[in-house]
Amino acid sequence: MSDKALYRASAARLLEAFLAAGAVEVTPDILQPAEALLDLYGEDIRARAYVTTDPLRGEMMLRPDFTLPVVQAHMAHGAEPARYAYAGEVFRRQDHRGPARANEYFQAGFEIFDRADPEAADAEVFALFSGLLSGLNLKATIGDMGLLRAAVDGLDTLPARKAALARHIWRPKRFQHLLSRYSGQIATPAARADLLTGQRSGAPWIGLRSRDEMEARIADLAADAEAPPLSANAVSAIGALAELRCPADAAPAALRALDIPTLEPAIARLERRLAALEARAIDPAGLQFDASHGRSSMEYYDGFVFTFSAADPSLPPVATGGRYDALTRQLGQGDEIPAVGGVIRAGLLADLEGAA
Amino acid sequence: MIKLGVPSKGRLMEKTFEWFGARDITLKRTGSEREYAGAVEGAEGVALVLLSAGEIPRELAAGRIHLGVTGSDLVREKLADWDSQVASLAPMGFGHADLILAVPDCWADVDSLEDLDACAHRFRGTHGFRLRIATKYHRLVREFLTREGVADWQLVDSQGATEGTIANHTAEAIADITSSGETLRANHLKILSDAVIHQSQATLFASRAPIWGGHEAAMSQFARQLGVDLPEL
Repeated sequence: MSDKALYRASAARLLEAFLAAGAVEVTPDILQPAEALLDLYGEDIRARAYVTTDPLRGEMMLRPDFTLPVVQAHMAHGAEPARYAYAGEVFRRQDHRGPARANEYFQAGFEIFDRADPEAADAEVFALFSGLLSGLNLKATIGDMGLLRAAVDGLDTLPARKAALARHIWRPKRFQHLLSRYSGQIATPAARADLLTGQRSGAPWIGLRSRDEMEARIADLAADAEAPPLSANAVSAIGALAELRCPADAAPAALRALDIPTLEPAIARLERRLAALEARAIDPAGLQFDASHGRSSMEYYDGFVFTFSAADPSLPPVATGGRYDALTRQLGQGDEIPAVGGVIRAGLLADLEGAA
Repeated sequence: MIKLGVPSKGRLMEKTFEWFGARDITLKRTGSEREYAGAVEGAEGVALVLLSAGEIPRELAAGRIHLGVTGSDLVREKLADWDSQVASLAPMGFGHADLILAVPDCWADVDSLEDLDACAHRFRGTHGFRLRIATKYHRLVREFLTREGVADWQLVDSQGATEGTIANHTAEAIADITSSGETLRANHLKILSDAVIHQSQATLFASRAPIWGGHEAAMSQFARQLGVDLPEL
């Protein structure tokens, strides 16, 4: 069999396993309207997806992933609860050379839309993947994007500052910059100080952004300048949280030791998830916990996140997944439903199985 | 023959000829004023190819020329993973220009990337679409803003008269090359204080395509004449 036929067969086998686990197959189009993808991911997706144009439908993209069309289909006419599975090619532009940089590869995925028990659904997806990937000696890492979010929400500061930090949880560099600014570690720039003493440009007003929009922001900047700095303790606690890595069974105690009061509900969720994993015969002591896991990958994961990786660091992860409740809110136009799922790179799996 | 690609007209061509002249190598156009033919004197086994500066990156990557003079901005913009496709042999000290981000001068509240990011977020909430940045440097601008963690922007393509897009309401900010800043000022724009995306200058590049077989001796001789170190190609 050619490699491609082998990879296709691997994807088909995974799909079968997902269907056996109770999923319904969905078959999204390869050509997806670009607008929804751009709206969700921003300009960054243009660097990662192939864009083409259709004379009637406008800008289209070769499917960079299945998550968005699956969520769209569910929000449009799905019944609850639902389990979906899919398998097929995804297409990624590659700006950099390297052995692991395939621009066309097979993904097989499984998604759960269920309100009843989110932590049980998290464990169901993880255990299903773990079973399908057993025997390859992969390293499993889990995290929870909800922890950093809860720590930010618990800061004793202006709501606008918390919102700005929460918006940048997925962009660690900007997040760190804002933390430094809010805690007074970076001095207020001279231009900001001049602005707040009333300095304005004499240039004529041009562009779509209005003078009112500018004045509204200046008023918020003035309020920000009055606010006391974040305490050094609060900043170092967030730093310690972001750097926390330990075996998953030790994570709840390690998180409690950070002494961030608003973290407790998120820690309780983590404990329920770990218990649900144990109930499915997954030993948390064998999983790595990383509180920043998922931070620099795609922005839509906002809770539980997981990755299965091979030992060779030049290879992409064999499987990735997580919870994306906010995405269903964004695409549901008023509706929302807790959702969790993941994908397996079927070709990479076949290669690893072949080598084993 | 080692093919040396040089910009076919204007100041960039003249300055390139001067740079090689200072190293006792004479490049010159031959034939009529309008004919793009050239000759090299003072170096063995080197042929001159006159090209548009914008095409030189692609010709180097494709291996149709061995050496080429063009702006470092064009190489970084046009070639993915540029330093795996070409090698920078020597910055030539002319053709200086900065790729910068500029916003309306009337935006008193925007001076830095931090401001631009916050402004973009509010703009998207108010207007329902991401803040538009007009540019022809898509790769460089996208990589820069992604690296800096700026969100809620989109690029709109502008191949010319970019400074006018803001007044025409087709963009809120621009990213463009400037040397003196005069065009920006004339269009009531100001440069963000911490957003120099790339400091460009004319640079001598070598192709990393597998085209060097049989040319090694001539190239090391040429490199010695130019006084540049020759990287592994």
